[in-house]
Amino acid sequence: MSTTSLARGVGTNAARRTPAARLQDWLPRLVVAPSFAVSLFFVYGFMIWTFILSLTNSRMLPQYDFVGFAQYARLMVNERWWVASTNLVIFGGLFVVICLVIGAGLAILLDQRIRQEGVLRTVYLYPMALSLIVTGVVWKWLLNPSLGIESMVRGWGFESFQFDWLVDSDMAIYTLVLAAVWQASGFVMALFLAGLRGIDDNILKAAQLDGASLPRVYWRVVMPCLRPVVFSAVMILSHIAIKSFDLVMALTGGGPGYATDLPATFMYAHAFTRAQIGLGSASAMLMLGAVLAILVPYLFSELRGRKHG
Amino acid sequence: MDNVIRRRTLGARLARWAVYAVLVGMALFYLLPLVVMLLTSVKPLEEIRAGSLLALPQAPTLAPWVKAWSEACTGMRCEGVGGYFWNSFRIVIPAVAISTFLGALNGYALTKWRFRGADLIFALMLFGCFIPFQVVLLPMARTLGWLGLSNSTAGLVLVHVVFGIAFTTLFFRNFYVAIPNELVSAAKLDGAGFFRIFWRILLPVSAPIFVVSVIWQFTQIWNDFLFGVAFSAFETQPVTVALNNMVNTSTGVKEYNVDMAAAMIAALPTLVVYVLAGKYFVRGLTAGSVKG
Amino acid sequence: MNVLKPSLLKKAIGGLAIAASLGGTAHAGEVEVLHWWTSGGEARAVGMLKELMEKEGHSWKDFAVAGGAGDSAMTVLKSRAVSGNPPTAAQINGPEIQEWGELGLLGQLDSVAEQGNWDVLLPGVLSNMMKYDGHYVAVPVNVHRVNWLWANPKVLKEAGVEMPTTWEEMFAAGKKIREAGYTPLAHGGQPWQDATVFETVVLGTGGPEFYRKALVELDPEALKSDTMIQSLETFKRLRELMDDGMSGRDWNMATSMVINGDAAMQLMGDWAKGEFAAADMTAGEDYLCAPAPGTENAFVFNTDSFAMFRVSDEDARAAQQDLARLILEPEFQEAFNKVKGSIPARPDVDMSEFDKCGQQSMEDFKESRQEDTLLPSMAHRMALKSDVQGAIFDVITNYFNSSDMTAEQAAERLVNTANAAM
Repeated sequence: MSTTSLARGVGTNAARRTPAARLQDWLPRLVVAPSFAVSLFFVYGFMIWTFILSLTNSRMLPQYDFVGFAQYARLMVNERWWVASTNLVIFGGLFVVICLVIGAGLAILLDQRIRQEGVLRTVYLYPMALSLIVTGVVWKWLLNPSLGIESMVRGWGFESFQFDWLVDSDMAIYTLVLAAVWQASGFVMALFLAGLRGIDDNILKAAQLDGASLPRVYWRVVMPCLRPVVFSAVMILSHIAIKSFDLVMALTGGGPGYATDLPATFMYAHAFTRAQIGLGSASAMLMLGAVLAILVPYLFSELRGRKHG
Repeated sequence: MDNVIRRRTLGARLARWAVYAVLVGMALFYLLPLVVMLLTSVKPLEEIRAGSLLALPQAPTLAPWVKAWSEACTGMRCEGVGGYFWNSFRIVIPAVAISTFLGALNGYALTKWRFRGADLIFALMLFGCFIPFQVVLLPMARTLGWLGLSNSTAGLVLVHVVFGIAFTTLFFRNFYVAIPNELVSAAKLDGAGFFRIFWRILLPVSAPIFVVSVIWQFTQIWNDFLFGVAFSAFETQPVTVALNNMVNTSTGVKEYNVDMAAAMIAALPTLVVYVLAGKYFVRGLTAGSVKG
Repeated sequence: MNVLKPSLLKKAIGGLAIAASLGGTAHAGEVEVLHWWTSGGEARAVGMLKELMEKEGHSWKDFAVAGGAGDSAMTVLKSRAVSGNPPTAAQINGPEIQEWGELGLLGQLDSVAEQGNWDVLLPGVLSNMMKYDGHYVAVPVNVHRVNWLWANPKVLKEAGVEMPTTWEEMFAAGKKIREAGYTPLAHGGQPWQDATVFETVVLGTGGPEFYRKALVELDPEALKSDTMIQSLETFKRLRELMDDGMSGRDWNMATSMVINGDAAMQLMGDWAKGEFAAADMTAGEDYLCAPAPGTENAFVFNTDSFAMFRVSDEDARAAQQDLARLILEPEFQEAFNKVKGSIPARPDVDMSEFDKCGQQSMEDFKESRQEDTLLPSMAHRMALKSDVQGAIFDVITNYFNSSDMTAEQAAERLVNTANAAM
């Protein structure tokens, strides 16, 4: 659809020009076209395909016997789906908030002319470099009551110390939060630090001359300047939360029971190990809906901000 | 902001100590898993069983590393993760190069040659960042089959490029938006063409964002497991898949030290990239992508 | 390096194939076999098949995918099937063979089956499972018995207890073992392991008829009966005998707890024997086996099988047929099953070389066939289609791990699940 509008745009003002100039007009579009076509096919085409599958009763492999919205109805009465959705709200909410608090806190502290800032920054940032398949191996170990932190602290003489979240179905979801925060909060710190470095020193000096205390300066003057950063961070973090998959697989496998199931693992389990591609596709569509709900406001601000600049 | 704390009163000094305490405390939290991994990977098994997590190795050994690299078994294959390590490079290098290159061109075309629909195209492409990868697994498998690329390294490169250009385009677009249009307009008036302007004006100032894009893509693709397991063939599995096979396989005793060594091996390239280029990463973020 | 080897191999084999076809004898083809046998005993067992195939001149391309008791392997298989590039053979078990058959992706093995007289050779339950639409599409490798109890005699002795034969004895023994400082029951907290223990308890509590009604036919009456509630309670009570570290533990790690003398017992199918054997332990001396409490008159089976995908390449098809033939030859059946811990899929194999547990398993297998107490394992996808089985797993594992769900509520959910599946 957009190719036709492109063609029209070109047709009107390129008619009277030399072929070389016309090529120049076309070039930007030609350059973007392959990537765009690829996106159309691999993102939107696949989404449509998934939507079609969600209307069928496909089991082991895709089939096209349409059953209307029956899969969505089944999803709505599926208890595990609700556990997964609730988990996403708990996990996503805590993950985003804690990452923001830690990230902003560390960035502000790091911005106080700290010696060895580079080293500390690298230490905070490195978890982002690791695959969750890698960190899952070690987190699983640390959180395992009989191998990890619990037994270590008990070994130090605190016999009654308990840290068995991993095996407690009410607490296991918080182990996911812990590992995810560990992974991503350093990245948020980097975003905030970048934002802080972008703020004009004079604003701060002026505020200080007015006699405002340091925390007050940060809260009243700096934070408002960092709103775009907060916004970007929330977007990045929420999409990490929605896409969280490796983390669950590597750390808890969705267990105990299905206490730490998330929509992404729910979808995977049903589409790939349970031969319920129809149901899995329906859950995928709902996930995509959630992504859209987050993305649309982001895009609005992105594009509006662009026009201002 | 560097001048904020200047007076050295007692209170200020205490506050300063508190700041360091918090920063170092957090650093320890971030380091804990890595330290445990590293310590465990050089301990013999008996020491792991007997000692505490953080106990220093009594008799440090590199044997687990050697084993993880070239001897550890998955099923009948006892060749460690070494070979898969290079497989990962075969996938990552072309995928990072192509997706970064395309992202740079896209970002440039979308900002400096604003044609009608550019914003819409960008918005539509951006959605690719957010699509959960499990969703695309089956349609991707079918598409790769059509293209005759199923279970090949080329197929995996294609997958990573396709889902990577959304991110790289985002990075470059946000970076180039902040670069004044005047230079480009002047060059256009001088008759410079599309590629010439890119080459002479944009590219020389793009180093920070190239760093961001390369680091991001390198990390994402290196760490990918899902596409790797689903779309690779027997000989072309990336290291994350081999690692997963290895830690989920055990013969008699669970060799935690070998598992940890393998995990370290799988993590090393991205770790090195972050440690060496982390500074530029933060700088690149400052320069562009968070200003949004 | 790793990448070079297979291609060199391929060339060499290509050469062989040409030579062979010139000679007019057997065709040398390549079989790519997808499976999830990666632990010590399993890998050794599958290695034998590889050797046999190579002796026939074929080449074996091993595609082992570890993790999740075959879940990851199934993902790979589906993605390859969708891309139109399935492996030559894949480990597919139970009713799933039918599901793949319905998709029209499996090739036929009828000629091999006829030559080998499979219809006579194989027990009816097995041969039916291997057929789709009247044609053989898969070949059984073995028969595992699920309802076993394994124990370390040293630990039992130290705690002063005997091998329990009822659930009450089990709990009494567990108490003493705990007092002696050991974990009474080794377990790994993964859904399929939970389900394995559960189905064993159901069988031990309600007997074979009840098991069939409840877990194979999903009869709502049986699922909400008092017997089921009692089974659920016993199942949950077994948690008392397990340790804290079970979360996500692999089954063979639980087995090695018994091997190392950290734990006294384990409820697990006889693939556990492969681990005992790999640790050079002798059945009846270094480790004990007995039917799980209350289940000595029944045999819950789990059979591994390889399904053959439809391939166009002539040589690959020949290799496929050879693979199917070799799998059922007595020589392989005997060697493989001794290592794997299971019994041969064909009952006419000489059992004298097997250990005590294996011999007992074969006797019980034959006996249960006659008495009609040969039952398909629910936990191992022998009884139900994967979607229903998955939903049952959800209920069981959630109940087992939940602190506040009662047995009645769990039974209620089982009934709901069964009704939804009908």
